Amino acid sequence: MNTKKIDYWKILKENVLIWIVLLMVIYVSFVQPNFLSWDNFSNISINVACRFLIALGISGCLITKGNDLSAGRTVGLAACIAGTLLQKPDAAGKFYPNLGNMNLFVVLLIVVAVCCVIGLVNGLVVSYWQVPPFIATLGMQTIVYGICLVYTKAAPLGSYREDYTNLASGKLFGVIPYMFFVALFFGLAMWFLYNKTRHGKYMYAIGGNENAAEVSGINVKATKIRIYILASALFGIAGYFLGAKAGGATVNTGMSYELEAIAECTIGGVSTNGGVGKISGILIGVLVFELLKSSMQFLRINTSWQYIVQGIVIIVAVALDLRKYLAKK
Amino acid sequence: MGDYVLELRGISKSFPGVKALDNVSLKVRPGTVHALMGENGAGKSTLMKCLFGIYKMDEGEIYLEGEKVTIINANDALHKGIAMVHQELQPIPERSIAENIFCGRYPTRKVGPLQVIDHKRMYEEAESLLKEVRMEYDPKAKLGTLSISQMQSVEIAKAVSMNAKVVIMDEPTSSLTDNEVEALFRIIEDLRKKNVAIIYISHKMDEILRISDDISIMRDGQYIGTWLAKEMTIDTIIAKMVGRELTNLFPPRDNKPGEVILEAKGLTSVNPKSFKDCSFTLRRGEILGLGGLVGAQRTELMEALFGIRGIAEGEITYKGEKFMAKRPKDSIRNGIGLITEDRRGTGIFGVLSIADNVSVASLDKYVDAGFVLNNNKIEKLVQDNVSKLSIKTPSSKTLIQSLSGGNQQKVIISRWLANDPDILIMDEPTRGIDVGAKYEIYQIMITLAKQGKAIVMISSEMAELIGMSDRILVMCNGRITGEVSGEEATQENIMHFATQFN
Repeated sequence: MNTKKIDYWKILKENVLIWIVLLMVIYVSFVQPNFLSWDNFSNISINVACRFLIALGISGCLITKGNDLSAGRTVGLAACIAGTLLQKPDAAGKFYPNLGNMNLFVVLLIVVAVCCVIGLVNGLVVSYWQVPPFIATLGMQTIVYGICLVYTKAAPLGSYREDYTNLASGKLFGVIPYMFFVALFFGLAMWFLYNKTRHGKYMYAIGGNENAAEVSGINVKATKIRIYILASALFGIAGYFLGAKAGGATVNTGMSYELEAIAECTIGGVSTNGGVGKISGILIGVLVFELLKSSMQFLRINTSWQYIVQGIVIIVAVALDLRKYLAKK
Repeated sequence: MGDYVLELRGISKSFPGVKALDNVSLKVRPGTVHALMGENGAGKSTLMKCLFGIYKMDEGEIYLEGEKVTIINANDALHKGIAMVHQELQPIPERSIAENIFCGRYPTRKVGPLQVIDHKRMYEEAESLLKEVRMEYDPKAKLGTLSISQMQSVEIAKAVSMNAKVVIMDEPTSSLTDNEVEALFRIIEDLRKKNVAIIYISHKMDEILRISDDISIMRDGQYIGTWLAKEMTIDTIIAKMVGRELTNLFPPRDNKPGEVILEAKGLTSVNPKSFKDCSFTLRRGEILGLGGLVGAQRTELMEALFGIRGIAEGEITYKGEKFMAKRPKDSIRNGIGLITEDRRGTGIFGVLSIADNVSVASLDKYVDAGFVLNNNKIEKLVQDNVSKLSIKTPSSKTLIQSLSGGNQQKVIISRWLANDPDILIMDEPTRGIDVGAKYEIYQIMITLAKQGKAIVMISSEMAELIGMSDRILVMCNGRITGEVSGEEATQENIMHFATQFN
């Protein structure tokens, strides 16, 4: 144990997931050389960015032994609100026919503000009414869907302004997609929040032992409320960019994305027992999932089968990952 | 069949970074109570978990009635005649007593082609088993309605029903009242007469000397030896456990109580069953003992003072000003710390590092530019405390759950010292901590008192209360019933006040 020899077997064992995905990526790039193209890289990074934002949001809830099942619907509502405000002036059946050209950033702020209200309600219900987060956000999931139906009158949205869709498809100097920077920015910001601020430390403490956190003078209720608001804000941002990427939105946009995000976090080592989870892990979780999806598309695997494979990967990945903790017994 | 019902030979077990058991052997005679003693972290529980199949041992052999056996898991151990009454019982509280006893091996009968559970026989057998452990109780009752001691009896009944030859009891009396302890000892006596061997793990010396036949001692994962209990005294046991002669259980108290720092008048809980009309003073540089029986509401009084529980009436003067904490933060900001009784439940953050555990209540002090935590300052704080309180840990990043109880307690003391408190309330500060670490914690308490801090120590251990306090308040049934000075305190006068039910 005290020798300097590198334990290769341990490195192999503890990062099984990464090796499997790497092998898969290598295999696919041999079979389909396009896989390693710059286009595909851009495409994947755009996909990863949105999922990463959602997973980052939900990770705070998971680390405090909570959950946010309203994530997907919140993403959907955000995409729809952004859509209604950013249609082309001459769009047929424009949602607000008399609306002028709104500033992109103002729209983002409006979307985030609306989502923050959803998060605030989630946080209040979880902290003050002490409703288990699973149930509280399950209720919110349905409510947000309802709000989205009422707001859009169930009409699909499209004909977005080019400056809006360009946010997702555009590239800096025509090389690196903007979305790559969005993901990078939020990844770094959240890493900073989790590791360098009191909020982050309090979050891990609450997840580790809520009663002890209370005794240590941590304002558990306020911390949880902040976590749920931040989560919804990130869902809002994800929805805004998702709409830009898809060039349209319906009431079903974002449906069940929370489940994917929970899976990605868990694959990335966020423990549902609370107190454990790293930003790097979450990124790996999202990458595993998105690279898997992309690989399967390149291998032209039937979409129905893709779902089955994804499900198996979630279970096997978590089972493999758990080995490293169970082995210590 | 050999002379021993159970023989362990050369058992070793390593965890990452620690050799928990190093070539340990143990021989247990049938029909005896065999005490297994050692400081926390000596490896007693690990050894028993290896025997019971919860841990897989790296090396070693187990012989049961002279025959070599391998035990794969707990169920296997049970069927081979080894039963364990856990430190923390793990029953199914929502199901009946009978179902808990027969869990996994329900009596069945045939109905046509089906095997169905024979409830009638299960309840009858359960009832007669309960009688064997001197328990008159409806076996259909939910297990959750029983007290901890009754649940233990049920566990023992289960062991009896499996014809256990060896019953392991890990700290069985840690949460029992005196009467319940007596009841347990009668059951143990019955088992002994049935030629069952009992491996008994406890820190309570008087109990050990009273009921055991043999005493085996472990230290640092090694087997030290086995002696006849009647040849041993508390001092000889402690000397063998710590590997040195312990001349004094308590360090000399050279702190000097000073001016009054806190005065409480007529504190009454919002809960009518809790403390009422409690008045007391607390001085700088003083160790104030708070004694009483379990349920005297000592913890409740102090937690209310700290701001965890509600106070309906009364007032507190603290440093010359009116003070009432609505939440822990109020107390912490004003220089009061609380080390809770239930270390695992409300003390440690198990999955977090030592650094996080130390700094969690004082993070406000380590912030740059309004919100950025300064990890260098935190690391310095942790290193200072690790050396000052001699916390034994490989690094500040080690998870606290991998430390022994005594070191965990020191980490929690560090957490409060980081705020430089004027008052430190310590609720059962040495519970579940081994002799050596206890002494160190006492030294820390005296050092703090000498720095002018006031210390309130709630303790259920008479010796500790008498040995460490400058003054002792005694509570009974929610009221403060008496006060004795440290010099005058005796078991008798404390018990006198502790039983003033009116």
